[in-house]
Amino acid sequence: MKRNVIKIVGISVYIVFILFSFITGFDPGKQIGKNFITFSVDMLKILPCAFILIGLFEIWVKKETVEKHFGKESGIRGYIWAVLLASTTVGGLYVAFPVAYSLYNKGAKLSVIFTYIGASAICRVPMTIFEASFMGIKFSAIRLLVSLPLVIISSILLGDYLEKRNYKIMEGK
Amino acid sequence: MYYLYIVTVLALTLSFIANRKKTLMGIKIAVKKFINILPAFLTMLILVSIVLFLVPDKTISNCLGNSNKFIGMIFASVLGSITLMPGFIAFPLCGILLKKGVPYMVLSAFTTTLMMVGVLTYPIEKEYFGMKVTVIRNIISFFIAIIVALVTGIFFGEMF
Repeated sequence: MKRNVIKIVGISVYIVFILFSFITGFDPGKQIGKNFITFSVDMLKILPCAFILIGLFEIWVKKETVEKHFGKESGIRGYIWAVLLASTTVGGLYVAFPVAYSLYNKGAKLSVIFTYIGASAICRVPMTIFEASFMGIKFSAIRLLVSLPLVIISSILLGDYLEKRNYKIMEGK
Repeated sequence: MYYLYIVTVLALTLSFIANRKKTLMGIKIAVKKFINILPAFLTMLILVSIVLFLVPDKTISNCLGNSNKFIGMIFASVLGSITLMPGFIAFPLCGILLKKGVPYMVLSAFTTTLMMVGVLTYPIEKEYFGMKVTVIRNIISFFIAIIVALVTGIFFGEMF
């Protein structure tokens, strides 16, 4: 309750500050307001689609299917699927979190979930192509070949550790 | 980005043909989930707008161009962790810095932490995974990024 109050106050102060800055022509405040708009627009281009796809996924994909491919019995295939799915993810981590949460609710295991999150940070295909065009293929290749195995290994360790402690992912916790 | 729109429209159309009622239910779920997480997104956007003001591109260029590449790498990884920018801004910036002579390993530390470590996405990540796991995941990601940067340095002959 108390945290919500702090949040609402914080957001209100921010809005008032930005409005005030635009009225009085206070440059730092205007710049911050412009940053906010740029990033909001950027995310609004992606988020509605992402959430509609998540909604359709929730309706159509059976729990058994996810359990089979991403769950406890999936073995090494689960990680391969997670990386492939991650490579098609758009946006960034902020899209990966809700997707990961839906997968988890349908029975994916924790280490696969963490692999998916890590992989969607580092091996999204459009981003990697873009990166390679500026930094060179060697740069991108080293980054992928070093980070991907580390992501998978650390995800397995973290997943097992949490599984042993009966950790559950809960929305809004 | 366009393929996201194409896939979404296609999926919606197919779903609608297959079962109207189910599709509407799916959209309802989508809206509900989106509204639930909206406050966290708002928090993140506010943080991003302030941090990007405090740490403009110029500051990033200056810090990454530090004459000592190890100090540059540490700066780069910290900056990459606390900022958030889309790839279409980050990579061109790094391309420019590369031409200015900033080592690959410094840029690698910057881009990899930018992608993997999310101090600013913390409000969202915390909503789904809780504080503890969020902190652990980000710390692990930070170290992975450092390892990636060091290996990059070795392969580009910048280490010694």
